[in-house]
Amino acid sequence: MAIGQSMLRVDAHDKVTGTAKYTSDLEPRDYLVAKVVHSTIAFGEVKAFHLEEALAVPGVVKILTCFDVPDVPFPTPGHPWSVEKAHQDVADRKLLNRRVRFYGDDIAAIIAEDNVAADRAARLIRVEYEEFEPYVTVDQAMAPGARLVHDEKPNNILVHSGFQVGEMTYDEAVAGEDDLVTVQRTYRTQTVQHCHIEPPTSFAYQEGDKITVISSTQIPHIVRRVIGQATGIPWGNIRVIKPYIGGGFGNKQDVLYEPLNAWLCTQVGGRAVKLDITREETFASTRVRHAIDFHVAGAVRRDGTIVARKCLANSNQGGYASHGHSIVANAINGFKQLYRDEKALECEANTVYTNIAVGGAMRGYGIPQSCFATECLAEDMAHAIGMDPLEFRLKNCMQAGYEDPHTHVQFRSYGLQDAIQKGRELIHWDELRAKYQNQTGPIRRGVGMAIFCYKTGVHPISLETASCRMVLHQDGSVQVQMGATEIGQGADTVFTQMASEVTGISVKKVHISSFQDTDTTPFDTGAYASRQTYVSGMAVKKTGALFKQKILEYAGYALRYPVENLDIRDDQIVDTVTGETLRSVADIAVEAFYSLDRSQHITAEATSHCKVNTFASGCCFAEVEVDIPLGKVKVLNIVNVHDSGTLINPQLAAAQVHGGMSMGLGYALSEQLLFDAKARPLNGNLLDYKLPTAMDTPDLQAAFVEVPDPTGPYGNKALGEPPAIPGAPAIRNAVLHATGVAIDSLPLDPQKLITAFTEAGLIDD
Amino acid sequence: MYDMEQYYQATSVADAIAALGADPAAMPIAGGTDVLIQTREGRHAGCHLVSLHGLSELSAIREEEDGTLVIGSGCTFSEITNSPLLRPHINMLCQAVDQVGSPQIRNMGTIGGNVCNGVTSADSAPSLMALNAVLEVQGPNGKRLIPIGEWYAGPGKTVRQHDEVLTAVRIARENYEGFGGHYIKYGKREAMEISTLGCAVQVKLSADKRTVEDLRIAFGVAAPTPVRCPKTEAMAVGRTVDEALVKELGQSVLTEINPRDSWRASKAFRLQIAKEICRRAFRQAVAFAGGEIHA
Repeated sequence: MAIGQSMLRVDAHDKVTGTAKYTSDLEPRDYLVAKVVHSTIAFGEVKAFHLEEALAVPGVVKILTCFDVPDVPFPTPGHPWSVEKAHQDVADRKLLNRRVRFYGDDIAAIIAEDNVAADRAARLIRVEYEEFEPYVTVDQAMAPGARLVHDEKPNNILVHSGFQVGEMTYDEAVAGEDDLVTVQRTYRTQTVQHCHIEPPTSFAYQEGDKITVISSTQIPHIVRRVIGQATGIPWGNIRVIKPYIGGGFGNKQDVLYEPLNAWLCTQVGGRAVKLDITREETFASTRVRHAIDFHVAGAVRRDGTIVARKCLANSNQGGYASHGHSIVANAINGFKQLYRDEKALECEANTVYTNIAVGGAMRGYGIPQSCFATECLAEDMAHAIGMDPLEFRLKNCMQAGYEDPHTHVQFRSYGLQDAIQKGRELIHWDELRAKYQNQTGPIRRGVGMAIFCYKTGVHPISLETASCRMVLHQDGSVQVQMGATEIGQGADTVFTQMASEVTGISVKKVHISSFQDTDTTPFDTGAYASRQTYVSGMAVKKTGALFKQKILEYAGYALRYPVENLDIRDDQIVDTVTGETLRSVADIAVEAFYSLDRSQHITAEATSHCKVNTFASGCCFAEVEVDIPLGKVKVLNIVNVHDSGTLINPQLAAAQVHGGMSMGLGYALSEQLLFDAKARPLNGNLLDYKLPTAMDTPDLQAAFVEVPDPTGPYGNKALGEPPAIPGAPAIRNAVLHATGVAIDSLPLDPQKLITAFTEAGLIDD
Repeated sequence: MYDMEQYYQATSVADAIAALGADPAAMPIAGGTDVLIQTREGRHAGCHLVSLHGLSELSAIREEEDGTLVIGSGCTFSEITNSPLLRPHINMLCQAVDQVGSPQIRNMGTIGGNVCNGVTSADSAPSLMALNAVLEVQGPNGKRLIPIGEWYAGPGKTVRQHDEVLTAVRIARENYEGFGGHYIKYGKREAMEISTLGCAVQVKLSADKRTVEDLRIAFGVAAPTPVRCPKTEAMAVGRTVDEALVKELGQSVLTEINPRDSWRASKAFRLQIAKEICRRAFRQAVAFAGGEIHA
């Protein structure tokens, strides 16, 4: 049994010893380097370039500008392509852009013999712009008369959407009762960046008609398609290779610079071109998590029943659509899916173009923002009626069997309330809530919590498809080829465990191809949502069953045995009736390959078109110590409890949770990409952008309630993104408990806390 | 690849001085933890570097006969932190430089580089100010000694001439013997951090440990250069070590510092932090000096 075992990651040794190959380890001979020239204004038009001095720099091969690229707008998000035009992603940018829509927009590219020459040339390029007043906030961009970032989108609103649950409006629900307590607040989340260790990097080279792009991406098959759409190169002439990658967290679920690099390669006769994106460029010019303002209201009865809520969410999209409205649409769905409103829930959302960095996918896809809003509101409603916030959540949270009335996604398994109870015990909730009442002095402690739910895949909003191929080796081991991508999350390891489980071939004889090569790898849309163990796992299970059947059929022929009495257990062909071991799979393999009588290379492949989805859920509990005069929050203890179905690999699952909790801590306390009034990023580097270090990170406790999910291939459901979701509101609520001060925006950084504590009279002269 | 046109490894201090003198565009580099980062940012594109790295003349930590502690400018932060000679006398500095960047930076970065970079956020600066450090500088015409209070010429600027090399940091016995000292670095995270504000307090108590005999308070990032608070220091001398004094110190230093208002931190925020860490550093320094704060 391979499922449920904490087997070592299949890539552990290679990654620890440095033998694992990443994009930069695969450099072709004699490559040129490219450097993107970025705009130094946030909003306007490029009028002209003066390139003479730059072209004179020794080593500069070619400079291409926004006046040279194909006049073809293309979409960048890593979504499955929709064959229906109405559902296609917004195609709103070109390889290089004349219309500048954010500070750091791509306006030209230098190709040179080395980076020193390219950097020197970049400093010598002079650009003439027509400059417009940029918009940093959604309120600025939506103001009447604001200039349009994209001419086709009035009021700078990319999409507006909304829904209502219940038979009445919020106002009608509130008017209908006398003794309701209402809470009206605005909760704001900030712009953050993924900060994956490996910046985006790619090589592109041409052989004959074929362009090969080696890239650090989560979505190789989608990158192939978008390169084709952006450049006009036939999709079959494009080959994308994805080696090991140093993290993505959703930033590499966008097609970033691969199309540009492929096109640059064609402009220098097909010579290999390397395009490295620096950390500073990654902050300014790739993707960020959307800042969302939630204007909310909640009405609660004194017995703790939520009667009605409403929410208007405005999402700051930045200069291009990327994943666009799907993120804030997911965020408002979070209101609907997490709590039951007895009478009414009204939600509306706007995705608004501005001139800050472009919002895209980032671990949790709108739900970290949504969870901050729902969990601040839940806390503040409980506070307003004097109810224990845990009891309030137990009373109102979504229950087993819930089905979203619009998307029809269901809790196919449910462990939310058990997770809350487990967290309650692990953090010693009741004891600490009592102990930390009525503190005085400069150092105070508190305990807080937050809950969440999260859908596993993207069905039915988008296509869910995954493929797997299994190929028998001559020694009876199996090569597993997946379109799904290992991006550090451990996918290859759990696929290996699943392949072993379904085939009966031991894990040490399962060889998984970690690199995807779109010329040979079966199709999968890639690593995003929290889909792969669930959706791509189904493809492993389906393919494994076919593969095993083919081996057994050959064994039946070779052994002259009825196939229905055969099985594979621990690499042996066994008689299921007697339990007798008949032959090894290795012997059967040799015979299948080399039989003079009936030679057969045994392979199997299958596509799993997944038409089901399920909610995962969980919670976070945090105990904090607040140093009021210094505005510092120290997390003393933090526990995440996850309802993610059966764990395929408990150790990897815990590691996934630890990583997410770490991201949650940064989101809660320190991370924020800042922009000045000209929409210029102020702190786009790892010194000034306060990603937490190991020294800032307390011991992280990961716990689980394992309720097998009937729809998961092995009882499993989402765990990739959920760990990053509930930490920030749990910490905010713990600070509220400690100090009585409710902070309604992220992050809870020292300056914000000092300001709030001063206003609350907590700081002496 | 870094954009540097020339790189010369000096064989001695005199050789370095000659190399600097011969090339108006040359700049010294020691551990490289500032210079290389600035070069990567394009600030010194095409630079000519004269390396002081590894010069044995700059690498010693010693005590002179009169008790003066001499730290070679090429000593790394981790060498200073772990120096058995320095720790008993000036542990404040040893702990301060242990808060620079990361272990890797502390193994490469030198105290000389930290001082010559001239920035107000240097983690060694407040402690060196509070210790009345004297900087030994060598040029074509020999050595000169510069009290650290006269070293800074503005943000990121020092009085070091183009062809001068900082050779050592000197701390006289009278500036450490009998003192208790403590440095607090306030940053937004616990490592890989630039100081938002730093405060070093060096205090000597009376024989009965009840009153202040000598006090030095120095801040980093509270002004364009590292600064002392002479009025507050003078006010405290002879005062009883009690809560009233602690409170007054915090209020008094605010009249002597002038932190920036920037996107990194507002002035109001920095003033609050300055007030608080000054008090906390004083409390700890008093404890190290063998005293206690009376109510």
